[in-house]
Amino acid sequence: MSTISREEVAHLARLARLEVTDDELDAFAGQLDVILESMKTLAEVDTDGVQPTTHAVPLVNVFREDQPQPSLPRDAVLAGGPDTAEDRFRVPRILDEEA
Amino acid sequence: MTGNRTIDQTAAHIADAIREGRTTAVEVTQAFLDRIEAVDGTVKAFLHVDREGALATAREVDAALARGEELGPLAGVPIAIKDVVVTKGLPTTAASKILEGWIPPYDATIVERIKAAKMPILGKTNMDEFAMGSSTEYSAYFKTLNPWDTGRIPGGSGGGSAAAVAAKMAPLAIGTDTGGSIRQPGAVTGTFGAKPTYGSNSRYGLIAFSSSLDTPGPVARNALDAALLHEVISGHDPRDSTSIDAPVPPVVAAARAGATGDLSGLKLGVVKEFAEGTDAAEPGVVAAYEAGVEQLVKLGAEIVEVSCPSFTYALPTYYLIAPSEASSNLARYDGVRYGLRAGDDGKHSLEEVMSLTREAGFGPEVKRRIILGTYALSAGYVDAFYGKAQLVRTLIKQDFEKAFEKVDAIISPTTPFIAFEFGERTGDPYQMYLADLYTIPTNLYGGPGVSVPVGLSEGMPVGLQVMGPVLGDDITYRVAAALESTQDTLLADTAPEIER
Amino acid sequence: MTKLNTYEQAVETYEPVLGLETHIELDTNTKMFCGCSTTFGAEPNTQVCPVCLALPGALPVANRAAIEATIKIGLALNCRIAEWTRFARKNYFYPDMPKNFQTSQYEEPLCEEGYVDVVVEGKEYRVEIERVHLEEDTGKTLHVGGATGRIHGATESLVDYNRAGIPLVEIVTKPVPGTGALAPEVARAYTAELRDIVRSLGVSDVRMEQGSLRCDVNLSLNLPGDGWGTRTETKNVNSLRSVERAVRYEVRRQSALLDAGERIFQETRHFQETTGETRAGRSKEEATDYRYFPEPDLAVMEPSREWVEELRATLPEPPRRRRERLQADWSLGDKEMQSVVNADAVELIEATVAAGANAAGAVKWWLGELSRRANETGEELGALAITPAQVAELQSMVDDGRLNDKLARQVIDGVLAGEGDPAKVAATRGLEVVSDTGALEAAVDEAISANPAVAEKIRGGAHAAAGVLIGAVMKATKGQADAGTVRQIIIDKLS
Repeated sequence: MSTISREEVAHLARLARLEVTDDELDAFAGQLDVILESMKTLAEVDTDGVQPTTHAVPLVNVFREDQPQPSLPRDAVLAGGPDTAEDRFRVPRILDEEA
Repeated sequence: MTGNRTIDQTAAHIADAIREGRTTAVEVTQAFLDRIEAVDGTVKAFLHVDREGALATAREVDAALARGEELGPLAGVPIAIKDVVVTKGLPTTAASKILEGWIPPYDATIVERIKAAKMPILGKTNMDEFAMGSSTEYSAYFKTLNPWDTGRIPGGSGGGSAAAVAAKMAPLAIGTDTGGSIRQPGAVTGTFGAKPTYGSNSRYGLIAFSSSLDTPGPVARNALDAALLHEVISGHDPRDSTSIDAPVPPVVAAARAGATGDLSGLKLGVVKEFAEGTDAAEPGVVAAYEAGVEQLVKLGAEIVEVSCPSFTYALPTYYLIAPSEASSNLARYDGVRYGLRAGDDGKHSLEEVMSLTREAGFGPEVKRRIILGTYALSAGYVDAFYGKAQLVRTLIKQDFEKAFEKVDAIISPTTPFIAFEFGERTGDPYQMYLADLYTIPTNLYGGPGVSVPVGLSEGMPVGLQVMGPVLGDDITYRVAAALESTQDTLLADTAPEIER
Repeated sequence: MTKLNTYEQAVETYEPVLGLETHIELDTNTKMFCGCSTTFGAEPNTQVCPVCLALPGALPVANRAAIEATIKIGLALNCRIAEWTRFARKNYFYPDMPKNFQTSQYEEPLCEEGYVDVVVEGKEYRVEIERVHLEEDTGKTLHVGGATGRIHGATESLVDYNRAGIPLVEIVTKPVPGTGALAPEVARAYTAELRDIVRSLGVSDVRMEQGSLRCDVNLSLNLPGDGWGTRTETKNVNSLRSVERAVRYEVRRQSALLDAGERIFQETRHFQETTGETRAGRSKEEATDYRYFPEPDLAVMEPSREWVEELRATLPEPPRRRRERLQADWSLGDKEMQSVVNADAVELIEATVAAGANAAGAVKWWLGELSRRANETGEELGALAITPAQVAELQSMVDDGRLNDKLARQVIDGVLAGEGDPAKVAATRGLEVVSDTGALEAAVDEAISANPAVAEKIRGGAHAAAGVLIGAVMKATKGQADAGTVRQIIIDKLS
C-alpha cells in the first residue's frame, strides 16, 4: 500500500463520476495519503481462519411474497425529475454503450 | 437553566400534561415553534421548519383527546428530525446541495411511526452532508452552533438534532448513528443520545451512508425520554431486509429501573486499549468521565477491566468499510431522476453532466470519502483494503462477545475531546476522524450504545458512553438512567441561555 | 472491408471454442426487489416505486418466487444448488440503471456446475454450465434525434423505468471446445434446448424476439494443440438463426485475422441482423472495474435442502424425454424427428395433434408447406399467422374430402392473410371441393363430348386414359373437384 498519486486519484474520480479540479486532486492525494498510512496497520493484523463480517447482525433468508403492491403515481415519479419529456426522464446524449 | 416554561419540561412530562388536560398539544407545539423563532437564528439547527404541519398534527391530537380517544405515550410531543430521514412532502436534503429542493414522495418507516404516534414534526435538522462528519461543519448550507458555546461545534454528523434539543427548541429529535453521529453530538452538547442495536430500527427511508452501519435513534434530554421515543420508532420492518424480527428490548422499563439508582450486581467493563495509545482523551474529559464512574460504583456497579485488542484497529476498519459502502450508495445522485443537474447546456454528454452534477453537488468531505471508498473497492486493492477490513471487523465483534461474557455493559468516555472550535479540525480529516475513536467499535459490532452527560470540562459538556450486547439496549438505558439519578441537575437543564 | 475466410477454410485450420451467456426474464408477478407489477405494455413510468426508481432511502427486499424459479432452472440444468449464497453489487454508471449499481451475484451464485446435453447430426455434445445466478434488469432507453433510433448520433435519450428491477436469470456456460465445424449448430441447439427447458418450467416466456431470452455468443479460435485463443463476445443475437449465423461469421472473421498474423481483441461486438455480420462496439478507454462487493442491504440466502427437494419434485418432464416420448407417439423416425426439432416445430405439432389432427398430417403441414413459407419470408415457424388449431381444422377438411392438397394450400394463403379460420376462408373464397354430383356430372359430360376420341378409348377399357378427362374437369371446376370422385363418374358413365 504505497502513497496514492495524483493520477490514481484522477482515475478514481473518473470511475466515481466526479469531475475533480486540479486543486482538489492535489488536496485529496495528500489527505488520502494520511488516511491510507493509518490503514497500513491493518495489514499487520492476523486474520487467519477468520470469516468476514458484512452484516452487523446476520440475518438469513429474508424474502417477500410475489404479490403486487401499489406503485407511485406517475406524476410523483416524474415530479422530482430535473428534465422530463413524454412521461420519461430526459437525458442528454449518452456516449458509453450499455455494458 | 432549569425553568418552568413548557420548553424546559421533559418529553415524559409534556406527554402527561397533554394527556391529563393541563395543557393542549397546540400550546406545546406553539411554545417550541416560538422558541425556534427566538433562538434558531443564532443556533441554526434547522434546515426547514414546518409550522403548518406541526400545528395541524397538534390540532389533531387535541381533537382526538376531546373525543375521548386513547393516544400513544408521546402523543402531542413535538419532535425534530435529522434531514437524512425522508419525509413526504417536506424538503429532505441530507444537508447536501445535490438534493436541494427535493420533496420526497414517501415517508421513511420511522416517520410513519412518528406520525402514527401523533407527534408533531417541527422540522428537519442540520447535519454534516450525507452524515459524513463529526462537527456539522460539512453541511452544504450553514454551520450549526453549540448552544453551550457558539464558537464551538455541536458535534456531528447529527449536530442539528443535538443542538435543537440542547437549546430547547425540541424536547425530542431523531438522529442517525453510523460511527458516533448521535452519541458524539450528545456528548458535546450535554444531551442524551442513543444508537440502538443495528437492525432494530428500520433504515427504510434513511438516506444511506454506510448500509451495514447506519442506525436511526433517539436524541433527548434524558434517558427516559429517549427510551419512550426508542419504543415508538423501533421494531421489525418488512421493507428493510436488515431489520431484526425480534421484540424491542424493554428500554422504558429499564430506564425507570435505572432511575432508582441501584446497580448492585452489575459488572461494567472498561476497555484497556482505550486508555492506552497516543490518541487518548483530553485530561479534562477523562476527569469528568472518571467522576462519573465513581458514581456508578457508589450505586453498586463493579468495574472490570476487559481487553479488546482489535479495538486499536477500529478506526481504520471503519474508514475502509463506511466509505466503500458510501461510494456505492451515493452513486445514484447523478442528476437524472431527482435533485441537482448541472452542465446540461446542450454541449455536454450525459457522462459529463453526471460528473459536473456530482462535482457541483457534493462537498469536499463527501468527495474525499467517495474516492477513498472507490479506491478501497477497486480491483487490485479490494482484498487488502475492503476485504481485510471485513476480517478485522469480525475480530472486533469477537472482542465484544468475549467481553460480554465477563461484563454486562462496557463504559468509556463518549468522545476524546470536548466540542472543538470551528475550523480546528477541518484542515486535517484524520484529526476529525479521531472524534469517533470510542464510538466506532460498537457500530462495527452492531450493538447498542448511548451517551449520557456526565460532567463538564473547561465549561463544556462531557459524555459517558454505555455499550451493551446486541439487543441488550435495555442495559444501556438502565446504567445511563442510574448515572442521571446521581446528578442534582441534568446537564441538559443547565445549558446557558442563548445570546441572540 | 472485413476480410473473411470461407467457413470451410476456417474450420479446416482452426478449432472453435464456444461460450454462451444467456439472460432470461422471469415472469414473476412483481419485480426482483420491490412489489411493482411486471405486466407488459404499461404506460411509461407507471410501474415504479421508491425502490426501483432508486430514490434516496429506498431498500430492496428479495422476491421469493424469483429465487424459486432460479433454483428450478438450476435443477433442470443439473446444477448444484448453493447452500450459502448472496447478492453482490456490480458498480457502474448508466442512466437506465437507477442505483448506478446492479444488484447481482458475484462469487457465490445460486447454482453451479451443471450441464445440458444436445444432439447435433447424430452426435452428442455436453455443454457444461458454469453458473446460474439472479440479478435485476435495467429500464428502457429511447434514443432520440439520431437517424436510426440507435444510440449513435442520438442527441438525447428518454428513460422509462417500468422494466427496471425485473428479475433476470443469467446462465453462463463453461467454454465448449470440441465442436469443430458444428460449432454454430451446437450453439443453436444449446440455446433451443435451454429455451425449451426453461419454457417447460413455466417461469418465463423465453421469447427471443420479445427479449425475454437474450443470448451473448462468445467465440475463440485456436490451432489444434494450442491453448485457447482470445474470445470475442457478440451481443444483439435475437433469434436461434442469429446464434448460428453469429458463430459462423466470427469463425470466418477471426480465422482471416489469425491467418494474416493479426491478433484478436477481447471485445464486445454487435450482431447485425440484416447482414449476418458482427461489428465492433465502441472500444472503451479502460476496462470497467465493477468493484463488486457483497450487497449489505440484503440478507444472505441459505436454501435448505428440504426446500430444494420440494422444488425438484415440481419439475416437469425434461424436454428431451418429452421429445423421445412424442417421437414414439407420432411414430416418427430419428431423422424425421430431428427435422421437427430443427424446424422448431415440436410444440406446434403437439398442439396440432391435441387439436384433433393425426400426427402424420400435422408433421406434413408444418414441415412441408408451412416451413417453406416461413423460409420464404425469413420468419420463425411459430411466428406464422396460422395456429395449430387452424392447421388441425385444415387437415380434418382434407380428411373429409372437402379439400384437396391444392385447395388446402390456397386456404393457407387466406388464413395467413388474416381472412379467418380455414372453413371461413374456404367458404369466402369458394374453395371447397365440389361435392354436388350433379354439377360434377355436368362437367364430366362436357369433357366427354369435348374429347370423343379419349372417351372411346375409355369405353374400350383403357381407364388410364381417363386422366385427360379428369384434367379437363379439374380445369373447368378450377381444381375444386375431387379427382377420385371425378374419375369414378367418368368410368361409370363410359362403362
